[in-house]
Amino acid sequence: MTDYYFSLIGGAIIGTAVSLMLLFNGRVTGVSGIVSGALSKAKGDFSWRLAFVLGLVFGGVGLHLYNPEIFRDDLGRSVPVLVVAGLLVGYGTVMGSGCTSGHGICGISRLSLRSMAATVIFILCGVVAATLFRVLTGVS
Amino acid sequence: MAAFSAFVVGVIFAIGLGLGGMTQPGKVVGFLDVFGKWDPSLIFVMIGALVVSGILYKIIRSRRTPVFADKFQVPSRKDIDRKLVLGSVLFGSGWGLAGYCPAPAITSLASMQLSPGIFVASMLAGMVIFQLTNRKKA
Repeated sequence: MTDYYFSLIGGAIIGTAVSLMLLFNGRVTGVSGIVSGALSKAKGDFSWRLAFVLGLVFGGVGLHLYNPEIFRDDLGRSVPVLVVAGLLVGYGTVMGSGCTSGHGICGISRLSLRSMAATVIFILCGVVAATLFRVLTGVS
Repeated sequence: MAAFSAFVVGVIFAIGLGLGGMTQPGKVVGFLDVFGKWDPSLIFVMIGALVVSGILYKIIRSRRTPVFADKFQVPSRKDIDRKLVLGSVLFGSGWGLAGYCPAPAITSLASMQLSPGIFVASMLAGMVIFQLTNRKKA
């Protein structure tokens, strides 16, 4: 049960973070957009995007020092699977203009139908992919 | 200032991801694998995030301007087009395969494990591939 409390609180902290980004920088925190924008250097300044990514990593360092279990990987996916998954996520988030933070949190908070549709779709596909992987490989 | 506040937001965001369990790909796949050993934790992460963000969104948007920027830059598109749908299909599939999405994967680089490192490198490649093959349309 305490597991779920941490999940709720973690979520609330994420909600706070995206709200602060909106308040201070006037921007939505769609991480795929922030990263891809830094890569393309086409829109927006590079420095705030880099700063955000560094913040994520810096926060990660602190978390890891506090408790490495936070990053425990029980899945042990093979390298080819990780590569394919990464390519799909990278390609798909740029094509679809968002990810779990961009569409799932920021978009839905604005009551964007576009983001709601995207979120439903990527969650459903996540379910299909996770289920198929287990069924086809016998690994859970 | 905008860069500094973005950095602080990144740190807070990472803490939320870590406490919420999003940096454990097994937990994420545990949620997505609804017919397997189901772990509903992710629902609570989303609820917590949406409640806070939803309430604060309107309050913050009632301001004339953000604190460290001239204007709000919030997406305004309302259409549901092919790119949105197909992109979400691809993203969701990748997410379900590895249990990582962009933010937790980047945060997990701090753990120096191989899996987030490979995932993030591939993710960046995937982003660049899309950008390079869609230059004219962008």
